[in-house]
Amino acid sequence: MKAPILEISYLIASVSFVIGLKRMSNAKTARNGNLLAAAGMTIAILATIILHEGPVPPLIYGLIGLALLLGSVLGWFTARKVAMTKMPELVSLFNGMGGACAALISLIEYPHISPGAGILISVLAGLMIGTVSFSGSMIAFAKLNGTLGKAIRLPFYNIINSLMLVAMLVLCGLMLWDAEFNNMINLYILLGMSVVYGILFVIPIGGADMPVVISLLNSFTGLAAAFGGFLYGNKAMLTGGILVGSAGTLLTIVMCKAMNRPLSNVIFGAFGGGSGSGSSDGSEKGSIKDISVGDLAVLMNYSKKVIIVPGYGLAVAQAQHVIHEIEELLESRGVEVKYAIHPVAGRMPGHMNVLLAESNVDYGKLAEMEEVNPEFASTNVVLVVGANDVVNPAARNDTSSPIYGMPILDVDHAEHVIVNKRSMNAGYAGIDNALFYDPKTSMLFGDAKKVLTELATELKSL
Amino acid sequence: MEAFLSLIHNNIDIIYFVILSVFVGIEVIGNVPTVLHTPLMSGANAIHGVVIVGAIYVMLHLHEDNLAGLILGFFAVLLGTLNVVGGFVVTDRMLEMFKKKK
Repeated sequence: MKAPILEISYLIASVSFVIGLKRMSNAKTARNGNLLAAAGMTIAILATIILHEGPVPPLIYGLIGLALLLGSVLGWFTARKVAMTKMPELVSLFNGMGGACAALISLIEYPHISPGAGILISVLAGLMIGTVSFSGSMIAFAKLNGTLGKAIRLPFYNIINSLMLVAMLVLCGLMLWDAEFNNMINLYILLGMSVVYGILFVIPIGGADMPVVISLLNSFTGLAAAFGGFLYGNKAMLTGGILVGSAGTLLTIVMCKAMNRPLSNVIFGAFGGGSGSGSSDGSEKGSIKDISVGDLAVLMNYSKKVIIVPGYGLAVAQAQHVIHEIEELLESRGVEVKYAIHPVAGRMPGHMNVLLAESNVDYGKLAEMEEVNPEFASTNVVLVVGANDVVNPAARNDTSSPIYGMPILDVDHAEHVIVNKRSMNAGYAGIDNALFYDPKTSMLFGDAKKVLTELATELKSL
Repeated sequence: MEAFLSLIHNNIDIIYFVILSVFVGIEVIGNVPTVLHTPLMSGANAIHGVVIVGAIYVMLHLHEDNLAGLILGFFAVLLGTLNVVGGFVVTDRMLEMFKKKK
């Protein structure tokens, strides 16, 4: 009796994943979709334990229970307590956990599997993909967290990486082909190579491209889960894994499109390595103009239309509430205010939307790049808060720039551009920004939260 | 070659299953607005946490005296749970903020 119920539970779980994912791609139903998928997952997990046939020592039940409890408490606590700005790191971290889980399964199963190419392929693939996803995600996590700084490039890193991948596949092939190679030592070698490959894969990629990398590693983990499903003939694992594998790949491509760069360019290309290209020709820089908070308050107060361009700096400074306050102050004086959201502003697509939604900014005020770009020409003041690369005109007109071709917000078409930055340091792509030297541009140096709070006070007193 | 063909033959159902699922995955998130990219990625991240089912399955079939297996299995279940619970909770937290307005 138990087996059919187990099958039905997995069927329900699989359907809940599909419908959940579908609902998650629409703003209105998204939350409900996530809960639906979570419910399906709970059913699958409980059914696996409760409907298991055959004797199981109490020690093992105890260990499973302990691991579930510990994982739930830790996971729930981390997910609830971590600041909104740390979201991208967190997704990367959880992704790595899933990858490690898949790799561990392969590691345990390997000595017990019956001969057969299909089974062995699943175990080896699960091990390789899971491990690469794990070590890659950890590097991505460290990079976003700031523990690891700039992109690290070994000489000929593309060749080294490709050779490493080929070596892994060859070893994998030998283990499949020749029983003599099929032993524990080679499995550990494969494991070690996968760890190293995951690190080498992510380490040369610049911080600005991390979201794309995380999305890609996300689909890797999905694939690893699918191989697990193949190994056990488990349909819930298969559906869940493949769904994420394919949806994740599509999402990765969509993100790359938003930056107007092919995926190959992200993985093999040049970005943020401080390669020295770009318009860093000291002589043509021109000079920088400062603006005081008081002057800015007056300027904004007597404007007709103000567009705010938020970036990662806003998130770091936790200035999303203050900016909303300024927006409301200006609106009360009859100024039209909008937010221009670049698709990759912040560290992840949609990152800014999440942050601004947190501080109760009206959904309708958030304008996407395509719709807002024609409006800059009729805008009096653009306030850029902690954004840099997404407003760099070099992307439009400097063919030598590493970000050339990326669609940007045309803030330089506005009457006045005010850029709030902590210092003159380059943005995440590590390149200079000609916008700062534009005669229309004034710089407002300082921590976004501090400066904007002063601005709000000034505005109130006007 | 023969081994390869029989591998396909023996698993033809699964192969159909895989191909169709790939298309479902692509179809299902087609036309997703940019705004939802981060939550969607996070939600998908939680769904692949379904590997935990495999980890539990492995544990249930282990021998009590397989110490190395038990330790690895324990960590597999632990990490899988982190992926699932953390993933869904973080996604919910992000989406909660979208909800407030409308």
